[in-house]
Parts: sequence; C-alpha cells; structure tokens
Amino acid sequence: MDVSRRIVLHFPPNITGQPVVYRLVKDFGLTFNLLKASVSPGEEGLMVMELSGKQENYDKGIQYLTETGVEIQSLSQDVVRDESRCTHCGACIAICPTLAFSLEPKTRNVLFDHNKCVVCGLCVKACPPRAMISHF
Amino acid sequence: MAKTIAEINEKIRKGKAVVVTAEEVIDIAKEKGVSRAAEEIDVVTTGTFGPMCGSGAFLNIGHSRPRIKLGGGKVYLNDVPVYAGMAAVDIFLGATAIPDDDPRNKFYPGDFNYGGGHVIEELVAGKDIRLTATAFGTDCYPRKKLETLINIKDINEAILFNLRNAYQNYNVAVNLSDKVIYTYMGVLKPNLGNAHYSTAGQLSPLLNDPYYKTIGVGTKIFLGGGVGYVAWNGTQHNPAALRGDNGVPRRGAGTLAVIGDLKQMKPEWLVGTSMLGYGCTLTVGIGVPIPILSEEVLRYTTVSDAGILAPIVDYSEAYSQMKPDILGEVSCAELKSGCIKVRGKDVPTGSLSSYPKAMEIAGTLKKWIEKGEFLLTEPVAPLPGVESGITFKPLKERPIGE
Repeated sequence: MDVSRRIVLHFPPNITGQPVVYRLVKDFGLTFNLLKASVSPGEEGLMVMELSGKQENYDKGIQYLTETGVEIQSLSQDVVRDESRCTHCGACIAICPTLAFSLEPKTRNVLFDHNKCVVCGLCVKACPPRAMISHF
Repeated sequence: MAKTIAEINEKIRKGKAVVVTAEEVIDIAKEKGVSRAAEEIDVVTTGTFGPMCGSGAFLNIGHSRPRIKLGGGKVYLNDVPVYAGMAAVDIFLGATAIPDDDPRNKFYPGDFNYGGGHVIEELVAGKDIRLTATAFGTDCYPRKKLETLINIKDINEAILFNLRNAYQNYNVAVNLSDKVIYTYMGVLKPNLGNAHYSTAGQLSPLLNDPYYKTIGVGTKIFLGGGVGYVAWNGTQHNPAALRGDNGVPRRGAGTLAVIGDLKQMKPEWLVGTSMLGYGCTLTVGIGVPIPILSEEVLRYTTVSDAGILAPIVDYSEAYSQMKPDILGEVSCAELKSGCIKVRGKDVPTGSLSSYPKAMEIAGTLKKWIEKGEFLLTEPVAPLPGVESGITFKPLKERPIGE
C-alpha cells in the first residue's frame, strides 16, 4: 500500500550537515516533494515535505529519521486556527497561495482545510485578530 | 400606513412587533411586495462587524490616596500610552495607540500584535490592566507616581466613545505596484494579486437607511454586545457622496459617532485587531434597528448586495497620493462571489468585515426587540443629510512662516 503524508522535520544543529533526505530516497525508495526548507550548517534546520512511498518503506524511513535525531511532526498540527479568535472576516482567503481557505456559501463562514496548508505562514501575520497560530 | 416609533414600541412591549433582519426583508418584499411588507414589518435590524480605527474609551479610574493629577502627566495601560490631557483621573484609551517600545515598521512589516484595541478587549473581558503613571505633583495633588492594577468592575466609568464607525460604503483596495503592500485594508499582493473590501453590504446599517431618515442622534443601537447610542454623525461624514438611482452611496459617505457603557459590553464584539505593517485597531460590532415608519423607509431596507456599488482603488499610488482615480466600480454581490474583474484580470477577493458576525448581530438585535427587551428611541436630531451641503475636505496646508 502506498502512502503520502505531509510532515515537518526539525533537524538538530549537529546533523544539518548530513545527507538525510538523500538516504530517504536511496535507501528506502521514497519520493519527496519539498514544500519549505530552511537548513544551514550548524543551526537548527526545518523542512516541510510531502513524503510518499510504500507503507513499509515509509515506516522504515520515519524510523531512520527518528534514530538520526530528526524530530517529526505531522503538518496539519503546525498552523492551527484558534476558533475562539477567528471572526470569519475573510482577510486570509486571497492571501493563501494554496487556497486553503474558502467560504461556506450559505453561512459565509471561513473554512480552513489543513490538507491544503503548506505552512508558509502568510496567514499567521495577515490575520487581523491573530487567530492563525503556527506551532514550530 | 405611516407608523410612529411610539406605536412600534407599544407593539414591542406587548411582544407583537414583527422584526426581520436586513437580509430577510429582501425576500419578504420580493414575495409580498413593498407595500404589504411595509404594513406587516415593524422593525428591520442591521449589523456590521469590522475594524474601525475611530474607536476608543474614556475611563475614570477613581482617586488614589494621596491624590495624583494624571491630567498633564503620562499614563500607560499595559504599556500602551493613553491620553491624559483632561481632568485629574480621566483618561482616553484610543484603539490605535501602541507601546512606546513597539518596533513599529522598523522591522518592516511590523507585527503590531498589541495596542489600544487589545487593551479595550481585555478590559471588557474583565482582565486586570496594569496602569503606570507619572505626574508633576501639585499642592492639592501631591503624588508623582502611580503603579496599580485596575479592573473594569472597580473603576467609576468606562465609556466606549467611537468618533467614526459604521462607514456607509467603502473602497475596494487593490495593489497595482510590483511589490506587496501592507495597508489598513490588509496585505495587498502585487499586480492585482487580490482585492480587499470591508462592508457588511446588504446588512450594513447606513446602507439600509441611505438618507438617514430614521437613524439620528440618540438612536439606540447594539454596540459591542451591549446597548449604545448614536452620539453624533461620525467624523468625515460625507452625505454629498456620489449616489446611485436607488439612493445608495457609491463612495464612502455617512459615518456614525457612537457611545455606550463599556461595562455591559462583551469582548466577542470588541476585538483587538492587528494589521500587518499598518498598526493596531479595534473590530467593533454595531447593529442599528430601523423602524419601518413608511413604505419609503421599507423600500430602502430592501437594498441587496447587487445594488451596492463600491469603487476599486489602487492603494499603492492613488490612495496614498490622494489621487481621485478609481479603477472602476464593483457590486457587493460580485465581491462576495470571490472573484472580480479589474483591468481584464480575474482578481480574488477577501473581506475585512465579517458577514457571519454581522448576521449574528442583526439576529441578536432582532431577538432583543422580539422579546421586548429593547425599545426604539426617537432621534433627538437628524444626521446631516444631502441638503446640509457638508462635504469631506482635504487638509489645506499653509506655510507657518518665520
């Protein structure tokens, strides 16, 4: 069975010099689609990617990452909406490059689709009541 | 069929008033005709919920022992500077004030995470607020320094007094330049990347009473989740703005100054707001009831989004340089469709004003009136109308000289 998941990888400073992603491809036959990356030698690194492959290989790849010291979070947890602060104004809708926000036609409430979110963070600062929160 | 406000109030007291929202009235009038709808309906409720910078609160914090004269001194609430140029312990907290040490746009675009609007929200929520003040000391007010927590329930008065709210129609903001701009209309992407608007459209108070035939000084309203009043016309009130055949302004026109006891308001309806690269403000909930005094008044309330036109303005040049040019007009219905055409390009739209919250306000006001909890008031003076000759003037700069 094939799986495809969007994940956030946090690299501790001591391993940012290692070819971690290369090994995911070479050793485990996984494919990746890089959504965001910020990796500099000697500093904590961040990578957001969609990782795909056979379930068995995917699990092995994740195990390899964990053993290497990479901390993994699933992407949907990374930008979240504080429902108590969202006023459903819509200032986020046309800002989002991946169209993760949409209007529910009848109520005109703003819907947020986590699956479309690539954690670029544009909405976090553009949200007037600061209802979008990024967890890195 | 003409009704009076007194007659409508009598029906409200008996629980017999027919109240509908400004959205509901559109279909009712279509179905039954304006004449019958006007006979049956007593009140149409409106609502709007958007960022309104012309907002603030007067507070009287009570006298300390020994006394301190804050008037002429320096006062901060949670590090946000407030105006103290009044009597000894009266202060004014403005929605757009920000802490002295906020980096502002030094690191562009500035975040503006906390300002006067946020202090108002926290005050209304019943949170303790840190007051710090310095004064010069006098014989009768000897104290020079004050640091204390204050709470809305303990202070003498907390009065929301918004000098300009509920704009009758508003610009649609776009960006023609080739770089992102950060405005009070939100983040505008380059080369017509998006269009932002800010109106409740068919639910908006002044768009449902375009000639101010019922809304006047003294009109009782929903304000910030409690009860307030129209205090005056708002600043920049411009009744002479260009209007359509339906009487509805096609440019920013009338405005309201509103007042009310902050102690009975709710934080959900007074929300501290941050505009990236621009500053802090307050998002305010306002709902105005329109008494259906005549068929004409009812007809105005049947305005729908399709009948409300707004000007498209380039905020990278025309707005900032005070040029009158517009890029065309667009209806609220088109804006709400999610995409408009500007210079032949499809431009996605976003709103700064919340329509769901505006609906909730109109619905809440409707419930209050139906239950007999909210009676209407007779205005004590009209708002300046088209005949007043009032216009919105730019600043005439003159050299100060030697």
